[in-house]
Amino acid sequence: MKWETVIGIETHAQLSTKSKIFSGAATAFGAAPNTQACAVDIALPGVLPVANREAVAKAVRFGLAVGASINRRSIFARKNYFYPDLPKGYQISQYETPIVQGGALAIFVDGAEKIVRLTRAHLEEDAGKSLHEGFHDFTGIDLNRAGTPLLEIVSEPDLRSAQEAVAYARGLHALVRWIDICDGNMQEGSFRCDANVSVRPAGSDTLGTRSEIKNLNSFRFLERAIEFEVRRQIEIIEDGGTIVQETRLYDAGRDETRSMRTKEDAHDYRYFPDPDLLPLSVEQAWVEEIRSAMPELPQAKRSAFVALGLSPYQAGVLTASRELAEYSAAAFAGAAAPAELANWITGALSARLNDEGLDITASRITPAQLRALAARISDGTLSGKMAREVFDAVWAGEGDPDAIIAKRGLKQISDSSELEKICDEVIAGNARQVEDYRSGKDKAFNSLVGQVMKATRGKANPQQVSEILKRRLAG
Amino acid sequence: MHNATISSLAAELASRRLSSVELTRHFLHRIKQLNERYNCFVTLDEARSLQQAQAADGLRAEGRAGPLTGIPLAQKDIFCARGWRTTCASKMLSNFVSPYDAHVVEQFNAAGAVILGKTNMDEFAMGSSNENSCFGPVRNPWKEDAVPGGSSGGSAVAVAARLAPGATATDTGGSIRQPAALTGICGLKPTYGVVSRYGMIAFASSLDQGGPMARTAGDLALMLNVMAGFDARDSTSLEREREDYTRGLGQSIRGMKVGLPREFFAEGASAAVTKAVDAAITELRKLGCETVEVSLPNMKLSVPVYYVLAPAEASSNLARYDGVRYGYRAPDYADLTDMYKKTRAQGFGAEVKRRILIGTYVLSHGYYDAYYIQAQKVRRLIARDFAEAFKACDVIMGPTSPTTAFRIGEKAGDPVQMYLSDIYTIAVNLAGLPGMSIPCGLDGDGLPVGLQIIGNYFAEARMLNVAHQYQQATDWHMRMPPGIQ
Repeated sequence: MKWETVIGIETHAQLSTKSKIFSGAATAFGAAPNTQACAVDIALPGVLPVANREAVAKAVRFGLAVGASINRRSIFARKNYFYPDLPKGYQISQYETPIVQGGALAIFVDGAEKIVRLTRAHLEEDAGKSLHEGFHDFTGIDLNRAGTPLLEIVSEPDLRSAQEAVAYARGLHALVRWIDICDGNMQEGSFRCDANVSVRPAGSDTLGTRSEIKNLNSFRFLERAIEFEVRRQIEIIEDGGTIVQETRLYDAGRDETRSMRTKEDAHDYRYFPDPDLLPLSVEQAWVEEIRSAMPELPQAKRSAFVALGLSPYQAGVLTASRELAEYSAAAFAGAAAPAELANWITGALSARLNDEGLDITASRITPAQLRALAARISDGTLSGKMAREVFDAVWAGEGDPDAIIAKRGLKQISDSSELEKICDEVIAGNARQVEDYRSGKDKAFNSLVGQVMKATRGKANPQQVSEILKRRLAG
Repeated sequence: MHNATISSLAAELASRRLSSVELTRHFLHRIKQLNERYNCFVTLDEARSLQQAQAADGLRAEGRAGPLTGIPLAQKDIFCARGWRTTCASKMLSNFVSPYDAHVVEQFNAAGAVILGKTNMDEFAMGSSNENSCFGPVRNPWKEDAVPGGSSGGSAVAVAARLAPGATATDTGGSIRQPAALTGICGLKPTYGVVSRYGMIAFASSLDQGGPMARTAGDLALMLNVMAGFDARDSTSLEREREDYTRGLGQSIRGMKVGLPREFFAEGASAAVTKAVDAAITELRKLGCETVEVSLPNMKLSVPVYYVLAPAEASSNLARYDGVRYGYRAPDYADLTDMYKKTRAQGFGAEVKRRILIGTYVLSHGYYDAYYIQAQKVRRLIARDFAEAFKACDVIMGPTSPTTAFRIGEKAGDPVQMYLSDIYTIAVNLAGLPGMSIPCGLDGDGLPVGLQIIGNYFAEARMLNVAHQYQQATDWHMRMPPGIQ
């Protein structure tokens, strides 16, 4: 039987606010345990939460970026359960009425666009951390993370493969960074995914029983976990078993998922509206203010790049991050052939950045320098090889391309009378090769071109040389 | 000195005939003598109190004194006060010393008032008799085998027994008004949101409201001037202009319409209570008030609605007391779950556990709609009843409590009877309205009866003035419990 995979993803994106979602404590990562937990975060008797306006603004920003509707009135609810790293004994989240409803994200898989619908996105607070290492016979609790603002983004079960799931996660990751609501740091847990995975016979339109794989904090783990889980579920069903609804954990070391808890021992969270917080009201005027401060979105940027003559693939690559897109757009401004420039960005520049472990914002060649370099290629001043040399020189800090070209005397010889003279000399001095060529040995021609290049110390335009030689030898 | 009102003590302090240190010493001395009898204070810190008194005298010497500078006041042990043990009368918090001040405490400190000590209460404010305290019951000075009411029984008795000229208290379902009635003093629960709940240990967040207890309406106004006001740390605190609650105290109440809800006078109240309340109404008519019958048809549902909503919120509010970070932790346990279970089983008293269980139940999957959602709907109906009634009157009056003070132990075994003790007060909390109780008579045993005055939202000044006018014409508020000199 053929099986279809159905995946929905819940993502926790940590909102990059200075202070926590319901207290004034700082959110910076990596501080000594419990030094960034105030009275509210450790839930002393009598303390109360106050919603952080900046966190709300970022949630609105996200909603606008995915074309969702922003609920004018959303409700904070308490999710009640006991755990040592949950100081109040409940997590403040949004349950029945989230701030962001609906919306969609376009993803690209194998060059094709797919629209993934979003169910909702809601605000909530993160819990603290339990520390097991370095303690004997007891567990340490670090509440620095408690109260950190999270946006939980829930997709519809629209994804059909691990590859699509990864494309979605990457797209979402790029978007939240693009609109500056999350730093996207996956090692620090700023962006983590839960995958709801089920399988069904191909062609069926009912959903199979799903399992939820928790806390996947890398795209690779997301992919591997889903692949494992799909195989596991198909095997069980094909062996005549049934899937139980459960929460599973991915063990990267063993590359497998393991059961954490089944539906039977699931918590009853006893959600109810938090009486300490009034319904969250978002004025339309404020939404418009946030909308007007939004950067151009990846989708729009992609279309603009395609309109400049880039392939959809190139446009997609160059809009993977806002920084890269901004660099590219700056380089394209006034460029004669943006598509060629795009090749430089995705080729030489990306390779160099990669080699040196640098981000595009740390590029040692500016968009204007790259544009100037490309212009010297298209006007015939530089050969490809020379261009690489100039690129390296700019990278090394020697100045602008034109200055380097002048200083190093790298100008291609394109003066045809001068080139013709040199070609004639080479033909005259290499009678045997000329003869070989004329008798049909193509290799001999290359040797003649090489001689001309050598005579000009590489400054001749190879294409021009070969044209002149062909003409002369044909004559 | 201890029989004087806050306003007269303030005048004494202002004239420098009296210093705050002298005044504070006097009350501390009385507390030392009498607290054993009444058990109304649970924590005293003489040095700290005197230090504050000294600072207050200093402020006065510098000419920077306000109306309450140097006045010693008792703080209900539900308000966090920096450096003070703050227990909510629970074993769970018996070792908790607050590192911060509640908004109310901060306001009184800023006004130069002195904290005399922390007062006893029903554990986590759950109770109507002050018998649910890890420090033992508070005794009513009018009759020592009687309860003072609750949950603010300690604050009420501190004021009634002249151990403090005023005290802070909180009211979730009647916890200011009912003990005020049972001890013959005045208490005011403001409109929900007028007094910040920051630092006031939560019982039921949507109902809890702090307020003053004192012996006259004028003193309540002085205290409310300090307690009320916007606080950004409480999202339910209301942002409105500051009011001077003493300003309207001299106004005539001629022509004021007093609504008398049929349901308050129908049945339930004892004959003595009804008689005293009727007499008070007659007195107010003499002062020019008109009376009009109004109806609160859904009031009878207020007790059941309250006992769904308040425990629901409490079950969640009290989840933080888990033995992990502060407070009591069971000494022996096998693992995490066992630690939670033992800590909470040992740390909470019976009534608190009962309400946590009820609250957990009504929020559970499958019961939530039938209980919690339904109760919220009825809560809105109750608020609508009041809105209708206030179309016909300026204030509503009736008894505060169906009976006068009952014997310690009398209702302890029957929670429903105990809950019915708040039948006239609970609806006010559900609607978020301001309510107060003032003494209006004594029953055959010489126990005080309270008159409840309910106002529309933000009508505190008007209510205080009615009470003040009544107190100008009567002397029930001046009566002293027997045995108090």
